[in-house]
Amino acid sequence: MLSAPLLVGASFAYLLLLFAVAWYGDHRAQQGRSVIDNAWVYAASMAVYCTAWTYFGSVGRASTSGVWFLPIYLGPTLAMILAWMVVRKMIRIARSYRITSIADFVASRYGKSPTLAGLVTLITVVGIVPYIALQLKAIASGYAVMTTVPGEAVGSPSDWWRDSTLYVALALAGFTMVFGTRHLDTTERHEGMVAAIAFESVVKLIAFIAVGSFVCWSLFDGPADLFGRALDNPDLAPLLGLEQQGRPFAYEQWFALTVLSMLSVVFLPRQFQVMVVENVNERHLRRAVWVFPLYLLLINVFVLPIALGGLLHFGAGNMNAESFVLSLPLDRGWHALALFAFIGGLSAATGMVIVETIAVSTMVCNDLVMPLLLRTRRFGARAAGDLTGILLGIRRAAIVGVMLLGYIYFHVAGEAYALVSIGLISFAAVAQFAPAALGGMYWKGGTRGGALAGLSAGFALWAWTLMLPSIAKSGWMDAAFIAHGPWGIELLKPEQLFGLAGLDNLTHSLFWSLLANIGAYVGVSLWRTPSAAETSQALLFVDVFERTEGSRPVFWRGRAQVADLLPLVARFLGAARAQKLFEDYAAASGVAGVDEIKPDARLVQFVETQLAGAIGSASARVMVASVVEEEALDLDDVMRILDEASQLRAYSHALEEKSQSLERATAELRAANEQLKSLDRLKDDFMSSVTHELRTPLTSIRALSELMVDDPQMDSAQRQHFLGIVVAETERLSRLVNQVLDMAKIESGHAEWHTADVDLRALVLKAIETTHEVFRERGADVTLDAPSAVATLRADPDRLTQVLLNLLSNAAKFVPRGSGRIHVRMRSDDSGITVEVRDNGPGVPVAEHALVFEKFRQGGDGVNRPQGTGLGLPISRQIVEHFGGRMWLESDAGQGACFAFHLPWQIQEGRQAPDNPTANPVQGGQQGGAPQ
Amino acid sequence: MNTPIRSQRLIGLFAAALLLFNFPLLALWDRHALLFGLPLFPTALFLVWGALIALLALVIERTER
Repeated sequence: MLSAPLLVGASFAYLLLLFAVAWYGDHRAQQGRSVIDNAWVYAASMAVYCTAWTYFGSVGRASTSGVWFLPIYLGPTLAMILAWMVVRKMIRIARSYRITSIADFVASRYGKSPTLAGLVTLITVVGIVPYIALQLKAIASGYAVMTTVPGEAVGSPSDWWRDSTLYVALALAGFTMVFGTRHLDTTERHEGMVAAIAFESVVKLIAFIAVGSFVCWSLFDGPADLFGRALDNPDLAPLLGLEQQGRPFAYEQWFALTVLSMLSVVFLPRQFQVMVVENVNERHLRRAVWVFPLYLLLINVFVLPIALGGLLHFGAGNMNAESFVLSLPLDRGWHALALFAFIGGLSAATGMVIVETIAVSTMVCNDLVMPLLLRTRRFGARAAGDLTGILLGIRRAAIVGVMLLGYIYFHVAGEAYALVSIGLISFAAVAQFAPAALGGMYWKGGTRGGALAGLSAGFALWAWTLMLPSIAKSGWMDAAFIAHGPWGIELLKPEQLFGLAGLDNLTHSLFWSLLANIGAYVGVSLWRTPSAAETSQALLFVDVFERTEGSRPVFWRGRAQVADLLPLVARFLGAARAQKLFEDYAAASGVAGVDEIKPDARLVQFVETQLAGAIGSASARVMVASVVEEEALDLDDVMRILDEASQLRAYSHALEEKSQSLERATAELRAANEQLKSLDRLKDDFMSSVTHELRTPLTSIRALSELMVDDPQMDSAQRQHFLGIVVAETERLSRLVNQVLDMAKIESGHAEWHTADVDLRALVLKAIETTHEVFRERGADVTLDAPSAVATLRADPDRLTQVLLNLLSNAAKFVPRGSGRIHVRMRSDDSGITVEVRDNGPGVPVAEHALVFEKFRQGGDGVNRPQGTGLGLPISRQIVEHFGGRMWLESDAGQGACFAFHLPWQIQEGRQAPDNPTANPVQGGQQGGAPQ
Repeated sequence: MNTPIRSQRLIGLFAAALLLFNFPLLALWDRHALLFGLPLFPTALFLVWGALIALLALVIERTER
């Protein structure tokens, strides 16, 4: 056992730590660096689902009925599979219309009905109080286990002021007030509280897993040993199968529990609070939908081992199984672990209590107290005065009230029931919200009357078949009506209504209540057509994804004054906040100041939405209606407004498309312009290169001619020599001009091609023969390696000869004088013919491979630059590419060069021009397949 | 209305989960056997559960084209 002061001290120290975490969360939120703007934190905060019921109750359940603790966690997994559709829609709706609680959600959907909001709140309070009591009970019994000497009876203190549970309840109420109702917010978000809840989720998970590991590996020799010993024990072995205590497996109950928890995980006030209201970003849901089920799986893995371990260790019936998490480490003297486990349980309980009371207090304030208060003369619509203080006061009082109700319930009825049974009663109560809420999100035909009828019927049957029997069994009512029915009417027996027997209490109650609920909801809704107010809200809810913020229709008509609306907002949100909201609105709508705001339907809607965040949509509707003159809308008006909004949407859609296509056109034009500019630049470069090349021979011709003119006495041999040079230079000039013309023709697509069947081998032989004289002059050897015969190609033989001659003479220029070796190789394969011309010249550095195919780029440095125009290779490449082939260079400095080209067999007919008729000369040089 | 492929996958997964966790598929695991030294029924329940979560993560985290 542990000493009471240590335990109390540790508990309060933990609560202080929570304060610190929550304070940090709020602090960061004010700086705009939210800690909860994170999918993992969001998922962890959803784990507030795991309360003391999970922490202590699951083990208790597992120790009597095996796997039956599981459906409560399988249901949420099922719900999370669909959450991306369903919960995301709820988040979007809540965000768009400033909905802050499940009561507001239902009420807002059915024409902002205050009656409906009140009914949902009432059901919630009645349903949730036992659940809060459960948490207090868990803390109290945990405390008792921790401080009682083993073997001694667990005694409860006789005086109420010595009851630690009361102080725990009050401390929690204080915490909740500080972080739940510190200031009014139109979105009702509590960043600090969420941060603390996420932190608690992590603590309880680690604590539970720590105890589980202790049981598996310290108390026993691993899970296999534990389960082995359980299987050997005839009392425990059945816990590991489907059948429990000789009864066949109750599939209907299993199914009912799954469905029940599936609905609860969405509609419990605290789940709605953390999942929908506190959601920072819809995208976080994407991570959370699988992390949250994973959390549930992890926290459940050790439930069976702890339950079986406890039963094996203590023997069945000697110790309350619900406290195994604490008593097992205590019994082994692992006090630190026991304390940590207690803190984990405290986390589970406090987390639930804090969020639940905040959610319920908002509902009580907005949907029960405010509507009544606003009817009185003192606080009514026409009265003046700031109500923010009163709003906060009501919420704080509601928090203390709910907490005390829980405490009282714990004392009155809590002792009689196991944790799990209490929790399930609450689950069944909130499941009643499902038909109205889900139906309202997907079915436009649901009406206020239908929702009211469904909820009332469901609630009444829940109370009759589940709540009252549980109270009666606690001894606070005469239990005779359970056995014999009220006034002896057997048919109305609460646990066998209308004679339906064979189901357990919960399944029985769930079946009847949901049947009546759905039946009444659908039946009454279909009875009459929805009113204008119902239709307009139905449209806003069901089609929430189809409209963006700006294009939602505003279902309001009448006259309003800014001078009336501003003070109204100020009453509920404070003067400064109201002023700021109106200034922001003015800025957003593009007018100079608050006085300039046009008091139109959109402004009225804005004010109503802001108020809805603070006092609920139903009260906000009443308040706004009291200060503006509005005209009643009928169904036709609603449809007309919707039509206008749709048309507007269509217009804006068309406008958007038009502007997009304009943007595209602009981009295309810009790109074309860029290309033109670069072509222009290339043309300039080309011109300057050509003129430069022309000038060189011209200069020498002119210089030599001038020399001869100036010196008539020049001897004949000298003159002859000069004239020889002039002739050679003139030839070079004409060759250059011819090649430039040739190039231009090919590039512009005006070249003439005479396609014929070509025997490339014959062409190569002829080309070598033609250049024979050149090679002999340079003292170079030419060798040919070619197959004896190759198939013919479709190509222009003259052009190909030009290519071959070019490559050969090119090689001749670069081979060393006297020892040149040129090797021509021809290969044909399935795809076409490859011709290589390899020389033993200086070679081309890899970096310059691309350049040699550019115009006027000649190989070699300035000193030994050979004769040539610098156009031969670019033209050759153009020709090869014209026939669908490619030309490349394999070489490196000092290793000789190998120019090669490949021509495919299949020549595409009709390809008269190169691919790109704009003929980018540089690109022409850099494309192709030169392996580099 | 076109349901996005992700929503269709999720609905399919939901149906599969509902079937796997209820009669009669649940009863298939109820036999006296050991898996890694652990009793088959609870172990199989957790494994199926884990596999469903993994599939859910796969479906939801995959970017929609």
